[in-house]
Amino acid sequence: MINIIDVYKSFGKLQILKGINMEVKKNKVHSILGASGSGKSTLLQCINGLEKIQKGRILVDGIEVGDKKTNLNFLRTKIGIVFQQFNVFPHLTTLENVTLALKVVLKKRNKDAKEIALQQLEKIGLSDKINTYPSKLSGGQQQRLAIARALAMSPSYMLFDEITSALDPMLVGEVLDALRYLKNDGMTMMIITHEIRFAKEVSDKISFLHEGVVIESGAPKDIIDNPKETETIKFLERSLK
Amino acid sequence: MNFMSEFSLNDFLYMTKGLGVSITLTLWAVFFGTLMGIIFGFVRSVVGFFLNFIIGSILDIFRSVPLLIQLILANALSAILKFGYSPFQISCIVLAVYTSSYVSETVRSGLLSVPIPFRRSSRSLGLTYFQTLKEIIFPLALRVSFPSWVGITLGVFKDTSLVLWIGIIELLKSSQIIITRTQEPLLILSIAGILYFTVSFCFTRVTGMIEKKWEKYEL
Repeated sequence: MINIIDVYKSFGKLQILKGINMEVKKNKVHSILGASGSGKSTLLQCINGLEKIQKGRILVDGIEVGDKKTNLNFLRTKIGIVFQQFNVFPHLTTLENVTLALKVVLKKRNKDAKEIALQQLEKIGLSDKINTYPSKLSGGQQQRLAIARALAMSPSYMLFDEITSALDPMLVGEVLDALRYLKNDGMTMMIITHEIRFAKEVSDKISFLHEGVVIESGAPKDIIDNPKETETIKFLERSLK
Repeated sequence: MNFMSEFSLNDFLYMTKGLGVSITLTLWAVFFGTLMGIIFGFVRSVVGFFLNFIIGSILDIFRSVPLLIQLILANALSAILKFGYSPFQISCIVLAVYTSSYVSETVRSGLLSVPIPFRRSSRSLGLTYFQTLKEIIFPLALRVSFPSWVGITLGVFKDTSLVLWIGIIELLKSSQIIITRTQEPLLILSIAGILYFTVSFCFTRVTGMIEKKWEKYEL
């Protein structure tokens, strides 16, 4: 379980998160909606410690992310994160992209790392591209590779930060299919997305973020079909137009 | 006029000996210059503005003062302070510092050219700071910086001809010595030029092969 308790985060004078409370239960999908600049991405990056918080606590399986004694590098292997701009490593092949962290972080042997990587790539439909460099892959393929790379570490949680926003509309489907597959697999996920219909379909819970505060949170039906807050209503109207 | 009258095989061997000195100088200068340049460049890419400014300014001195002046000053300084360095050692030191000032600049820009999101993904996968440097940032920066490093090395190789002014007989000086005797400057300078070219050509062939290997992926 991920517990986010009264979290504050600012960049210099700019206050991004202003007292966020959230709970992500095991095997559930929790989506976060909100306009650009509402603090969604920052929140995700605080969860795996890429960004430090100023106040509050974030607990992942009871381990405090901000604690100096926490082994962040180990914790990060438990939290997969996929970004908007694919970020697959351009100097490594598809296979090497996946095996890198297996070998370097988890100290797997070459053979074992390769086996795990091939399994993941097969699941995500990239088996025929294992020796291809990212520049020869489509955006959708690169993003699926980024997902496979994170999954190969067998994380307990997967965080997705607007992973379809940089894709051609044609390629969005294949990436969302990968997420549907993960949901059926029981993966605990936090998804930031602008695909409202998709969020409604896969989420167990949706939170709406506005200017660093969760202003509305609940079951997908309640949030999408019967939003109560004006900001949520405005946002949904704009998004679903 | 007998074309080959004065220039003998021995003269040619004498010139290749000079070439050997030029190459040896270049190797030392580029080796230590690259080493120092990588260290300075790396430090400059991670420290704050103020320290970066200071290191940058100091290195700028070596980039902007003509190498000839640096050589003569260093040689004089060594004599005045009785350091007891030979002109060859002084040349190596001056050329290495000179090289490092250029290399640090390309290393720094190479490192900064690696997009931050790559670092973030790498750290997110659990790689440490140093693992990220080794596996992601250095390989990507190397590819960006390598072509300019080749250019710097070629430049230094040619710049070694300046050390004749502090009394080292390298390729150009050995050519001049032969010219004073044979009075055939065009022929001998052409031969010297061909020798410089041949070495540079071989070097760029090799480095070209390395760059070719990297072509299979785009950044």
